[in-house]
Amino acid sequence: MENKSRNLLTIDDENVILEAVKRVGTAEGWKVDTATDATQGFQMVQKNSYDLCLCDIMLPDMDGFQFLEKLRESEIDLPVIMTTGFATIENAVKSLDMGAIDYLPKPFTVDEVLSTLYRGFRFVDLKKRQIETDSDVNSIIVPCPLQYKHLGFQSWISIDYDGSVKIGATDLFLKIINSIKTVNLLPLEAEILQGFSCAEFEADDELIHQLMAPMSGQIIRVNEKIKEDLSQLEKDPYFNGWLYIIVPKNLNYELKYLSGCHNIFGR
Amino acid sequence: MFSKISLKLILTITFLSILIFSGFVYYSLHTQDTLLLNQTKKFINAESETIKSSTKVSMLANDREVTHEIIKTVGKQPCIRQVRILNKEGKVIYAADTTEIGKVLDKKAEACYSCHASNKPLTRLSISKRIRIYKLHPDSSRILGVINPIYNEPSCWNAPCHAHPKSQKVLGVLDLTVCLKNVDRDLNLAKQHMILFAFLSILGLAIVLGILVKQIIGIPVKKLSEGVKMVASGNLNYKVPELGNDELGLLARSFNHMTEKLMEARQQLFQSDKMASLGRLAAGVAHEINNPLTGILTYASFLMKRTKDQPDIHKDLEVIVRETLRSREIVKGLLDFARQTIPKKVKSDIHQVIERALTVLENQLTLNHIEVEKHFSKQLPQILIDPNQMQQVFTNLIENAYQAIGKKGGKITITTSLTRLAPYGVVQIKQALCPKGHELMDEQVRIDGLPTVKLKVIVNGQETFVNLDPIYGKNRIKMGLPITSGDKVDIRCPKCNISMVDQGKTCPQCNAPIYVLEIPGKGELRGCFTSDCRWQYWDYIEQQGPRDYIEIKVSDTGCGIPPEIMDKIFDPFFTTKGQEGNGLGMAVIWGILENHEGIISVESTVNVGTTFTIHLPVNLR
Repeated sequence: MENKSRNLLTIDDENVILEAVKRVGTAEGWKVDTATDATQGFQMVQKNSYDLCLCDIMLPDMDGFQFLEKLRESEIDLPVIMTTGFATIENAVKSLDMGAIDYLPKPFTVDEVLSTLYRGFRFVDLKKRQIETDSDVNSIIVPCPLQYKHLGFQSWISIDYDGSVKIGATDLFLKIINSIKTVNLLPLEAEILQGFSCAEFEADDELIHQLMAPMSGQIIRVNEKIKEDLSQLEKDPYFNGWLYIIVPKNLNYELKYLSGCHNIFGR
Repeated sequence: MFSKISLKLILTITFLSILIFSGFVYYSLHTQDTLLLNQTKKFINAESETIKSSTKVSMLANDREVTHEIIKTVGKQPCIRQVRILNKEGKVIYAADTTEIGKVLDKKAEACYSCHASNKPLTRLSISKRIRIYKLHPDSSRILGVINPIYNEPSCWNAPCHAHPKSQKVLGVLDLTVCLKNVDRDLNLAKQHMILFAFLSILGLAIVLGILVKQIIGIPVKKLSEGVKMVASGNLNYKVPELGNDELGLLARSFNHMTEKLMEARQQLFQSDKMASLGRLAAGVAHEINNPLTGILTYASFLMKRTKDQPDIHKDLEVIVRETLRSREIVKGLLDFARQTIPKKVKSDIHQVIERALTVLENQLTLNHIEVEKHFSKQLPQILIDPNQMQQVFTNLIENAYQAIGKKGGKITITTSLTRLAPYGVVQIKQALCPKGHELMDEQVRIDGLPTVKLKVIVNGQETFVNLDPIYGKNRIKMGLPITSGDKVDIRCPKCNISMVDQGKTCPQCNAPIYVLEIPGKGELRGCFTSDCRWQYWDYIEQQGPRDYIEIKVSDTGCGIPPEIMDKIFDPFFTTKGQEGNGLGMAVIWGILENHEGIISVESTVNVGTTFTIHLPVNLR
């Protein structure tokens, strides 16, 4: 694992969750600060410099969305991962829409919180590398084709002429995970739900990363090839590296929550 | 043993029968007493006449010995207390009790009073006046005395003794006193029998009545109240046993029927409300339970991760993590369910939605000879709606329309158009709060079926309630007292009594105090409710200006809605279809339109038809 010093800020109104995150993060060698409300959190953000923030949505004074808004207004560039016990697609999508880089539904296991936070830190690293080298974004990560749509920086869809929908993981997501050891896909005919996990990626560092489904529907084809040849996934994430073909359940409705393909860093 | 009603019934009837029986006993005893006494009086009088006659011969012969003997013999009879003959001066000449002979009685004495009260002695007295009844001591038996005057007759003044001159009218008096012991005893006996009979009758009546009341009222009422208790405690499956064909039996059957209906209603309520309430519940549960679950799950999985080399502990921790994950799935299931109630709005063509609703009902409409006329506007934009929910709205409306038309056939007209409406008179106030945050919406008092805004108003010291029209600017206010601009008015929250008056501001039209309502998320609404003004201003809505709406009118040629039920048509479970309807159709429409910022209004004329008008905003805010 990376041995850089990592600074994490956790905002939650439940002390047990703050303690748990602190415990887990400290064990990983990070510096973890905690705040019990967004106002306190914002003061800490202004005083100290953090790499990443894990923020609850439902908070006493100002909620997580308002916190995001305030960061944007103050032009503080702090990547935020949203978390909430009221885990609905609306909350997930609203978070991503408002500039959060990821979304973690409560309750979570250590592996889940760690993989999400590691992804967050690597996102920060990638972004830093882009800024430091002042290189073209496209040389670091390949954006999805223009006609595609994506959910957060995680998954993409492409609508076929027959109305079926192809689903896959974005290059950014795969780059963040880095070395993928195995991919666990759902079986044929399984139902997937927008905003909830639809595939598991096991990395070399033993972290398991869940991919958020970009759309709800029933799986009619599974790309079995990539299980054998993981390189397909990394080489060509938007074409040969697709994961499922589904029959969408609420295409028009769920399209609202997806964004067009553009520079993901440049929000 | 007795419920209150039977006890009351028995007490009342017993009291009444006591009254009636005592009246009867009193009257009958009185009659008996009078009759018996009269009989006795006649008998005693006859006896006194007999004594007089039997002494007549010896008197004429002036044979005192014989006269004395006769009197003595008579006096020995058991019931006769005293027999005496007095002369004109009141001197006792003969007496059964010889000690009295020679005594002179005072004419003023009780025995003589009836004749000698007036100074002139009367010559003839009626029997009743010659009789006196008295008691020697208060506790001794009664005594009856009869005075029989002995009148002068020719045989007397012609008798050889010449004892009485012809001029004398009354020669003396026969005084006979008899004790009424036997008579009194008989009367007492009769009285005792009668009272005993009355008492037994009343007792018997009360017992029979008690048993009857218990059988006819007590037991059935007990069974009914058991049923009521069971139902009240929530057991809606409970049935009151069959109680016969009387009113109570009817009541029991009606009660059972009511319970069945209640059961059905509850199921319907559950069916219709469970989506919404489960949604709210899920949100609450998810938030409350997910936080502690996060604590458990993080620590347990953290511990599990660190104890990979200790298989025993690791296995136990695996169980904890597995079960916590299971709980997480349960909560997630709840949330998934909650998500389904959120309308999935997409750009849709309203005409397509209406056509789909008509296709579903096609067969029923044809069977009932109902013609459907469509006047669809050609320039309607697509609007953001949940097509499935909106189809439900039209299905329910058309269903109501053809049910109102009935079997006789008729016409349903559906008209669509694009209109632009100013907010004044259109926008509905769906939520209003007092400065302390109390909800002011009143579900009980409705205007055109919509809940109103309730305020407490103190007009010139008199307290009353005012219900504001929920449609902004329509001002069909319901108020307890008329309010004019000159009145001293104080407006308060009905729940916390906090003042709702906008301090320092008055109505720009009539200068009366104005109220200010907080509309959550939509600013403040100010208004005045004096009878001659009724100004209202809602800044937030006015700022947005006029809005484009798609207007859909569904008219039928049916029976119409009577004005008296107009206020209730959007109430859940209100139905005019009896067994047929569940009373939820309009409430569902209401709920769906509320989710779409839509407005529904109704116009109806009995026996002519009904028109429902729906306004759906073209651009959702």
